[in-house]
Amino acid sequence: MISQIFLSPFSEFEFMRRALAAVIALSLGGGPIGVFLMLRRMSLVGDAMAHAILPGAAIGFLLSGLNLFAMTTGGLVAGFAVALLAGLVSRSTGVKEDASLATFYLASLALGVTIVSVKGTNVDLLHVLFGNILAMDDPTLLLVAINATITLLVLAIIYRPLVIESVDPLFLRTVSRAGAPAHLVFLALIVINLVSGFQALGTLLAVGLMILPAGIARFWSRDITPMICIAVASAIASGYIGLVLSFQTRIPSGPAIILVAAVLYLASVLFGRVGGVVPQLFPGRHL
Amino acid sequence: MVAQLTFDDVTLGYDRHPAVHHLTGVIETGALLAVVGPNGAGKSTLFRGIVGLLKPLAGSIVMSGLDARDIAYLPQIADIDRSFPISVIDFVSTGLWRATGIFGGIGAAARKNIAQAIAAVGLTGFENRGIGTLSGGQMQRLLFARVLLQDARVIVLDEPFNAMDAKTSADLLALVAHWHAEGRTVLAALHDLEMVRAHFPQTLLLAREPVAWGATSEALTSENLLLARRMCEAFDDSAAACLPAHRPSRAA
Repeated sequence: MISQIFLSPFSEFEFMRRALAAVIALSLGGGPIGVFLMLRRMSLVGDAMAHAILPGAAIGFLLSGLNLFAMTTGGLVAGFAVALLAGLVSRSTGVKEDASLATFYLASLALGVTIVSVKGTNVDLLHVLFGNILAMDDPTLLLVAINATITLLVLAIIYRPLVIESVDPLFLRTVSRAGAPAHLVFLALIVINLVSGFQALGTLLAVGLMILPAGIARFWSRDITPMICIAVASAIASGYIGLVLSFQTRIPSGPAIILVAAVLYLASVLFGRVGGVVPQLFPGRHL
Repeated sequence: MVAQLTFDDVTLGYDRHPAVHHLTGVIETGALLAVVGPNGAGKSTLFRGIVGLLKPLAGSIVMSGLDARDIAYLPQIADIDRSFPISVIDFVSTGLWRATGIFGGIGAAARKNIAQAIAAVGLTGFENRGIGTLSGGQMQRLLFARVLLQDARVIVLDEPFNAMDAKTSADLLALVAHWHAEGRTVLAALHDLEMVRAHFPQTLLLAREPVAWGATSEALTSENLLLARRMCEAFDDSAAACLPAHRPSRAA
């Protein structure tokens, strides 16, 4: 009975196996990125970026269909354009960076929706906004996997400067010039993971599989390495349970995955070992 | 003695407003120099210029045979995210950046150095604690341990003993003396004149412009200190651009 619920969807249907593979790849790339987003206090920047890259991804989508390479390239161009323009405006006028980023990402989102709805069909728009993880074809799956691989390799290379830049940026500036490039490369990694997420979860929820697992991990560890592992594991768990849930009910797969992650997050808020509510209510005797 | 740092008519500042004005002079290799002056005298600005965080508005700072990594810098207000989940030992080991770079490993010898640095500042036993759990004094000890590991020829400390208790100050001051004995060049911005007189052979008295620069006993006279205070209070917000002929430098 249990195995019927949890295993048979995957043993019987290829599209479910593909969806599971995609979710695992997304988790491997998005988990660590989400942890860094959270630790660098950029959680909402990730969300803004997801909207900002829409016109680029949409143009790529319209030119070559659901081709993840075209969408990634378009997304990278749009994402960097918005990030750089926002930075430029705030630096040259004194407007705070979050305010100018908000302006540019909203303009970018409007432009993206316009492009998709004028040039594409309503189905296209729904697809871009909400994604469809149950329709993974070979090239798409391959590109999600490639993006995850690139993410992990590149993150390994920029890990040290990225960590030091997060803890003590001034120190990094005095010993190395790697800080700014590491930050830009990190932004690029956010974008390629968001584009991967588009296919599965859509623009609105793509960032969810990064941020929620990171939030979960925060409640279970005080050290960054276990934190990353917990984030990846809880992302995979949310993906798996979410897929089962969506298969057995009528909930669409993307929201199902994020809702499961949200439930895990709530459980972590309540029972997490590090700063959870319940452990705080029943502290041990002081030492 | 060999010149380690040479200042040639250096003016440092923000938005064209100079905070350090027309500084000319030489810091010799192996010097132990206290930089003294009222708040707003330009001590931190001078240090930011030396470590390359701030480009001079005019003039030049020449470092003979040094690149930026040969200078270890301890800022007055460290911009450290203490909520970041990193342990004491990992944080201290970032001081090895010059040896490891982005990707280099940390071997057994390096690990021994890290343990020694942590022991030298009296933080043994704290290795696996998160930096967020440290007190202010322990945090300063941690930063000194990182400076130790940086193994830099020039060490720049911006008010390192602020808000430190006597024990911590004494421990850290002993490290400064040790660095001096090793022949490193040490610069420290300080407010405790007793400490300067007791432990620092040379002093630069700064009040946006250098007031005195030389042996501590000659620099820290009461006339000089009074002059320094007056010069800092007289700040003219709408000053005209400085004329090239205006060069009141009296540095050694």
